Amino acid sequence: MPSAVTINWYIALSGILFVIGALGVLLRRNAIILFMSVELMLNSANLLFVAFARHLGDLDGQVLVFFVITVAAAEVAVGLALIVAIFRTKKSINIDEINLLKG
Amino acid sequence: MIHPIPFILLAAVAVAAALGMLLSHNAVHSALYLVLNFITVAIFYLALNAPFIAMVQITVYAGAIVVLFLFVIMLLGAERLRSAADDVRGPERLHRYTALALALVLIGVVGYLLFQGGLGVGGTAATAGAALDASPQALGMELFQSYVLPFQVTGVLLLAAIAGVVIFGHTKKRGGENA
Repeated sequence: MPSAVTINWYIALSGILFVIGALGVLLRRNAIILFMSVELMLNSANLLFVAFARHLGDLDGQVLVFFVITVAAAEVAVGLALIVAIFRTKKSINIDEINLLKG
Repeated sequence: MIHPIPFILLAAVAVAAALGMLLSHNAVHSALYLVLNFITVAIFYLALNAPFIAMVQITVYAGAIVVLFLFVIMLLGAERLRSAADDVRGPERLHRYTALALALVLIGVVGYLLFQGGLGVGGTAATAGAALDASPQALGMELFQSYVLPFQVTGVLLLAAIAGVVIFGHTKKRGGENA
């Protein structure tokens, strides 16, 4: 076993989490779980930002994570409002049934 | 830096929670697995000398965002999709092959880079980061000195998000048609 955790370990973990999120977007048809998968991908990118901030001794990575979290919060709020509005008209959140711009 | 054994344990929990989110059939269970994943990542942030980001992760992500997810799931009663066919076993098999190919390519690239020791950054232990002052005070100074304009743009973004949510969520009391 290696004696120290290097940046490569964080790259691997972040890559695995990102792939799981991308799989969620591609495989699941429930719109809410799609959003959760997008959150997972953003989160894996955040983890890598913080790991590189530590690795390079630069605080900018952590500031960027702060902004990513803000954008993610705004995105989730608007996305969930969209889902609620779509559910009101179509009574479904299966994204395969949401195929019209004007529902 | 964190010791390898706790790293592996935490990483196993994080990946297992992510897989649980991906594979569980009930959306409420997915949201709870997502909380577990977020908390594990917050512990990684603590180990990476980022205490403020760790706390923001727990309050904003595990607190606010997942609670919003749970509210919407329970408001809509959409724990499961209405159609009888399970969403993973849907007729769109192309999605599964695309996802499988994507997973293989990404894991292959990451594995190749790790074995090769590539990216030009790996291998060496972090020495610069050990002396980094990442206290909330230092982060705040960085944020309000170097990133004032992005910070204010963030305020406009949040205002636009609030306006969007109000417009989408608004329904007329009479007439029954959406605004």
